Amino acid sequence: MKFLSDKSIERLRASADAPDLEGRRYRLLERVARGGMGVVYAAEDAKLERRVALKVLDLPGKNGELAKRLIREARVLARLEHPGIVPVHDVGTLADGRVFYTMKFVEGQRLDKHLAAVDSLPDRLRLFLRICEGVAFAHARGVLHRDLKPANIMVGPFGEVLVMDWGLAKILRDGAGQAAADEDAEATVMESAAREAASGNTTQISEATGHGTVMGTPGYMSPEQARGDVEHLDARSDLYSLGAILRSMFVAPMKYRMPRPLEAICAKATAETPALRYESVTQLAQDVSRYLDGLPVTAHRENMFERSGRLYRRYQTAILLIAAYLVMRVLILLFLKR
Amino acid sequence: MSQNAFTQGGGRFPVTRWSVVEAARSQNPAERARALETLFGAYWKPVYKYVRLRWNRPPEDAQDLTQGFFMELLERGLLARFDPQKSRLRTYLRLCVDSFAANTEKAARRQKRGGNAAHVPLDFADAEAELRSTSMNPAAIPSPESLEEFFEKEWIRSLFALAVEDLRKLCVEREREKTFHLFEAYDLDGSDDVSYEQLSSDYGIPVTDVTNALAWARREFRRIALERLQEICASEEEFQREARAVFGWGVK
Repeated sequence: MKFLSDKSIERLRASADAPDLEGRRYRLLERVARGGMGVVYAAEDAKLERRVALKVLDLPGKNGELAKRLIREARVLARLEHPGIVPVHDVGTLADGRVFYTMKFVEGQRLDKHLAAVDSLPDRLRLFLRICEGVAFAHARGVLHRDLKPANIMVGPFGEVLVMDWGLAKILRDGAGQAAADEDAEATVMESAAREAASGNTTQISEATGHGTVMGTPGYMSPEQARGDVEHLDARSDLYSLGAILRSMFVAPMKYRMPRPLEAICAKATAETPALRYESVTQLAQDVSRYLDGLPVTAHRENMFERSGRLYRRYQTAILLIAAYLVMRVLILLFLKR
Repeated sequence: MSQNAFTQGGGRFPVTRWSVVEAARSQNPAERARALETLFGAYWKPVYKYVRLRWNRPPEDAQDLTQGFFMELLERGLLARFDPQKSRLRTYLRLCVDSFAANTEKAARRQKRGGNAAHVPLDFADAEAELRSTSMNPAAIPSPESLEEFFEKEWIRSLFALAVEDLRKLCVEREREKTFHLFEAYDLDGSDDVSYEQLSSDYGIPVTDVTNALAWARREFRRIALERLQEICASEEEFQREARAVFGWGVK
């Protein structure tokens, strides 16, 4: 039997890892990222001569469950045609048996990295509103994301905001057909292999509970999702994650403290009990928009000083103009009396 | 147990069935023997090298210990005690080796018993030569962690070597010897300078044939290595974890 040197083993690993694109229209360019269950490559679509992102699964999992999940993720994405959701182009099985899909290659930054360059509070809030738009659209189509976190939000070079990684998505109702909903029952079971790879800010899959399997990311996952209460998850679970994202947008390197109305918005969105949260992502977005427009937010009852301050900020220009006018008038009167 | 079966990993198991551990507990002696052959095929070299380094035993002692360990595994039914929920098979076997080597009384008994037991002829000279060619030496092993790493590395080497051998046999069977030579030249022995163009010129075939041959060989190698791995894992969960270790699929 041939002795394999360390270098041979590394080469064999690399060879075995590279997706077999025989018979496909894609040419591998480079590896972009590795997750718990697979790899994302940059590839070139030879027919359309454009760069795409190629997501390839390492192993199909027990009874092909992970493969089914990836195919389902592609189908979920395919039905969510929205500027805030990454579009999928193709799905299939490679010559080596690995399941893949291709999607738009997003040349941007993860939200958490991008925020370092966004100093203005209104700009940050406008980014947040763009995230809400994509998520609200998915909810309107009966799809929960279930793993919303800054690492799954990409901001493109032209300010486009894209919600990524719909691998844990749950279909609440299926307008386009029953197939995907049927698959979802199976998709709630995840391989514990991914559990080992996942840690920290990465998606975590833990032991199955009496109700279901815990999937999501600690810190962004709703309490009901953390309990594995899969059956009762609804849009308010994603809403909790959005509240956590909003709060994270005010952690360093933000220069100022979070204003109290925004604190209240976050607190309402991340309430322990789903019934105490906003009823929808749209309501949450409306409250944030109200804050941006200098209007009172529903999550916070302001006192007289706060109200005065808000009104001052909202009508700052008019107030300053009137004040300047009055000062001028007083000065003129004083001048004339001399 | 034939030498060939022992050293080459023995008869293959149907990939659909879990697992070599379950088969080793079987009441059917033939199935049990085949299971152990598969296990030994994948583990004897890592065990031998580990004993040489971890226990700093001279080659002859390490050979006796390796053979004795597998005898012990067989006779005392150690695999029956393995709980896949608690650890990986690889870790369990390594700990069993440690316990076996540490217990000098048992080792003495093994020596006595070894006089009557038929030793399975293993190619220890080959293993010894491999050990000399590895970059690690006993003096350079400071901690148990690096020994664990060493055992894992040798186990991967053994698994890949078996898979490469299977691939070679498959190529012979399918009359694709040239494909194996290309795979050997590019993926096994090749320096970073070897190109598809150079192989095309060396073998007098178009570059596309080189590309296709290598794609086929890599696909088959991956399939065989995963099948081999599946055979020696006790559960789907262990297989998923070990596949990540073998192919380096950790999150990067």
